[in-house]
Amino acid sequence: MSKLNVAPNIAKPDDFYARLLAVHEGRSKEESDAINARLVLILSNHIGDAAVLDEALALAADG
Amino acid sequence: MFADRYALAHKVYPYEKSPDQDRAEAVRHPVVIVGGGPIGVATALDLGQQGIPVLVLDDHEGIGTGSRAICFAKRCLEIADRYGCGERMLEKGVVWNLGKVFHRDDKIFEFNLLPEEGHKYPAFINLQQPYVEQYLIERLRTLQAEGAPIQLRGKNRVDAVEDKGDHVVLDVMTPDGPYKVEADWLVACDGASSPLRGMLGEEFTGKVFQDSFLIADIRMKGDLQFPTERWFWFEPSHGEGASTLLHKQPDDTWRVDFQIGWDVDRKEELKEENVRRRLDAFLGPEVEYDMVWTSIYTFQCKRMESFRRGHIFFAGDAAHQVSPFGARGANSGMQDADNLGWKLGLVIRGKAPETLLDTYSEERIYGADENILNSTRSTDFITPKSEISKIFRNAVLHLAGRAEFARPLVNSGRLSVPCVYDGLSLNGPDGLPGGPERTRVGAPMVDAPVGGKWLLEMLGGSFQLLTIDAEAPETLDVDGIGVTRVAVSAAGNPELAQRYLGDARSAVYLMRPDQHVAARWESYDEAALRSAVNIATGRA
Ligand SMILES: Cc1cc2nc3c(=O)[nH]c(=O)nc-3n(C[C@H](O)[C@H](O)[C@H](O)COP(=O)(O)OP(=O)(O)OC[C@H]3O[C@@H](n4cnc5c(N)ncnc54)[C@H](O)[C@@H]3O)c2cc1C
Repeated sequence: MSKLNVAPNIAKPDDFYARLLAVHEGRSKEESDAINARLVLILSNHIGDAAVLDEALALAADG
Repeated sequence: MFADRYALAHKVYPYEKSPDQDRAEAVRHPVVIVGGGPIGVATALDLGQQGIPVLVLDDHEGIGTGSRAICFAKRCLEIADRYGCGERMLEKGVVWNLGKVFHRDDKIFEFNLLPEEGHKYPAFINLQQPYVEQYLIERLRTLQAEGAPIQLRGKNRVDAVEDKGDHVVLDVMTPDGPYKVEADWLVACDGASSPLRGMLGEEFTGKVFQDSFLIADIRMKGDLQFPTERWFWFEPSHGEGASTLLHKQPDDTWRVDFQIGWDVDRKEELKEENVRRRLDAFLGPEVEYDMVWTSIYTFQCKRMESFRRGHIFFAGDAAHQVSPFGARGANSGMQDADNLGWKLGLVIRGKAPETLLDTYSEERIYGADENILNSTRSTDFITPKSEISKIFRNAVLHLAGRAEFARPLVNSGRLSVPCVYDGLSLNGPDGLPGGPERTRVGAPMVDAPVGGKWLLEMLGGSFQLLTIDAEAPETLDVDGIGVTRVAVSAAGNPELAQRYLGDARSAVYLMRPDQHVAARWESYDEAALRSAVNIATGRA
């Protein structure tokens, strides 16, 4: 069973973060919500592994 | 004397006075079924085919108008095959494979069901419910002519029921006045609003969905041909509703199903001019059609706590109800009949203890819960309940047009498939290493062509030993329950090998009368078989 990778895995964190925000730039709240939802679905599919997804969901929900 | 609650399409069991009505004492029947809908009649066929005397009481004199159920799934057809009317359903029904999904005005994708080859019956057919009921009743008439002890009494309305523990007493109203009927066993197939359930004070719990659907069956005029496909719209711009479905039925008839919200004026919506206004907006002005049937319905996902109460059983809509997405109502009701029939038969013949009947409730509640889960999920996708669920739903629809991965997430109703009774009481050992998952213990049989015949036609109605390249005796008596062998070979039957052997080289399957797998092994062992038969009949 695979594990969720919670170690740093993004080579240039500042670059990535800026690109993430750039996608939302100038968007309404509604558009941004839609983009975020699509992004979650796209990345979830890429991961695919149910155990990893469950771990990710749990980590995200742990407010 | 008493009025019909609904109009009849065919008056196929007109009222006739029965000699029972003139007797001073109530006549006792082994089995009484209340309700002559599809599930009541199917249950009567099951018992009648076993030679068990059965009396069906219905408060009408035939089949109601209105198509209601139109999708009959493979397992339902296979059960009907065992009852002798599956082929007629298939012959009349419409088979479709292509579906199209729209969001607002855009087609986002289409799908082909790509049915698996090597099955007598397709994944499902579209057929108006009155046809199904007609074929079931015709079969009942044929069986009667052949001497099967089945009685069907029209305009016999059950007004009261007394649960006496080991039998039941019914007050029945007829055009000639009331009389009493006694039953050793009672099967309540009296529909979603089940008067019997109410009279017995049984609870029916679950969720009511606050939505209504306007259904219109229309017959196309002129030579405009609509394809035989299923079209589903999310948030159609042609109406204010959340979804619309277009589906082909036999007789050039199309089903259009508009989801129109909760706060609607039913009477107003059902006026022909208002239905036509919706239809015209949807179909375009050039399409001409006749209206065949319209109705508004709401739905609920509910089930009873137990489908058995002593000598009383509940089956079909009386026991459980689901949303229409996925066509699980009549389909799962047929599985109730299939499940109850053989168990009740064995108990009545004294070959199995009454506790076997508890497994009817156990197994069919398992099935009902799976159906409720699936149809609730479809409903939540089609009508998102919160802002965020709507955001995700629309994200799925948006992506489905662009990326293949999102298409399986689109849920406009999942095809009704029978449940596997995983881990339930009647299951014997799964002793076939490398055996296929789909034919594991608890699963319903999977059809396959075998030497020019269908496996489906070789199985069912009694306990059988399906041997694939394995030795076993032709018959075996297990304390009064006969097991007969059905011997087949994987040679020349690749589908059979794939569906029943997997990586194994031989197999022995113990099949129940309802064609579910009770146990399986690599080879025959008498002691193991005896023990599995005893487990499968509640005698262990
Ligand atoms: C619009 C719509 C679409 C549907 N689509 C599908 C689909 O595509 N696929 C699917 O599988 N299912 C579908 N269903 C569900 C399906 O119609 C039902 O599940 C099915 O009719 C249930 O059969 P039943 O025999 O349990 O009950 P019913 O058909 O309701 O029969 C009950 C019978 O009992 C009789 N009765 C009632 N009270 C008494 C009494 N006191 N005494 C004597 N008799 C009595 C009634 O007159 C009736 O004949 C749909 C339902 C609707 C409304």
